[in-house]
Amino acid sequence: MWTWFHKLASPPHFYRIAGLTIPAFSWAAGLLVAAGLYGGLVLAPPDYQQGEGFRIFYVHVPSAILSMFVYATMAIAAAIGLIWRMKLAHAVAAASAPIGAWFTACALATGSIWGKPMWGTWWVGDARLTSELILLFLYLGYLGLRSSFDDLQRADRASAVLAVIGIVNLPVIHYSVVWWNSIHQGSTLLTPGAMPIAMKWPALCMLAGFALFYGAVLFVRLRGEVVRRERSAAWLREVLVK
Amino acid sequence: MNIAEFLAMGGYAAYVWPAYGLVFAVLALNVWAARRSHERALEEARRRLMQEESGR
Repeated sequence: MWTWFHKLASPPHFYRIAGLTIPAFSWAAGLLVAAGLYGGLVLAPPDYQQGEGFRIFYVHVPSAILSMFVYATMAIAAAIGLIWRMKLAHAVAAASAPIGAWFTACALATGSIWGKPMWGTWWVGDARLTSELILLFLYLGYLGLRSSFDDLQRADRASAVLAVIGIVNLPVIHYSVVWWNSIHQGSTLLTPGAMPIAMKWPALCMLAGFALFYGAVLFVRLRGEVVRRERSAAWLREVLVK
Repeated sequence: MNIAEFLAMGGYAAYVWPAYGLVFAVLALNVWAARRSHERALEEARRRLMQEESGR
């Protein structure tokens, strides 16, 4: 078991395995998103209050959940990298940041578009909205901090500290609708019985599809990050010849 | 349900379609950016190897 794990974490092995699994991740993600789109836009009944306008839900909620899931992955990977000095963990954190930042931007933008017809405004200084905006700034701060170092190892370590500290924002986002009197509604997707099945399954398909999409894009980026951290000329030569 | 009715989204077309368009444009951008990042890493590695070899 341990030898298997060590082998997987070795750069040449990981590079090859990642390359082999990317098509599977991509196909599964594409099929789930296609099913979610058809279910969400065509099959699901309109909401009794928001009519057809509620369909923004199917892109907004998966983006928002992924924005937090990716941050959690990034912070845990960064912590593992700091504690065990594992290069692959730092690579996971570095590869996750741009993807997470884009999901956060999507959650904010689609939320804003949804807010206009339903709340009558693009933006309010609300706890949920503000804490999600802080999440975007954490991602951008992380990326900015990394790019300020020339040395990859120092960039890894400094940015990992920021990623780990920033994790306190995640419970704030999640519980913001409970702790403060928020205009934003509470969790419907994760609360049993809050949503009829016909409305719910397309959202779960989209969520799974987005998660697998993150996996596929993460692996493409990770292959690059592994090459950047590799010092073994023999292996690099082998990769570059192919 | 006909196509025009579907596209009208019960009067919310101006909000629903831009939201979907934006998200899928960002997903496509992510794929492109990730591939470019991988290719750049390979280019850098190639340059590094060539420098090492010429320095020897």
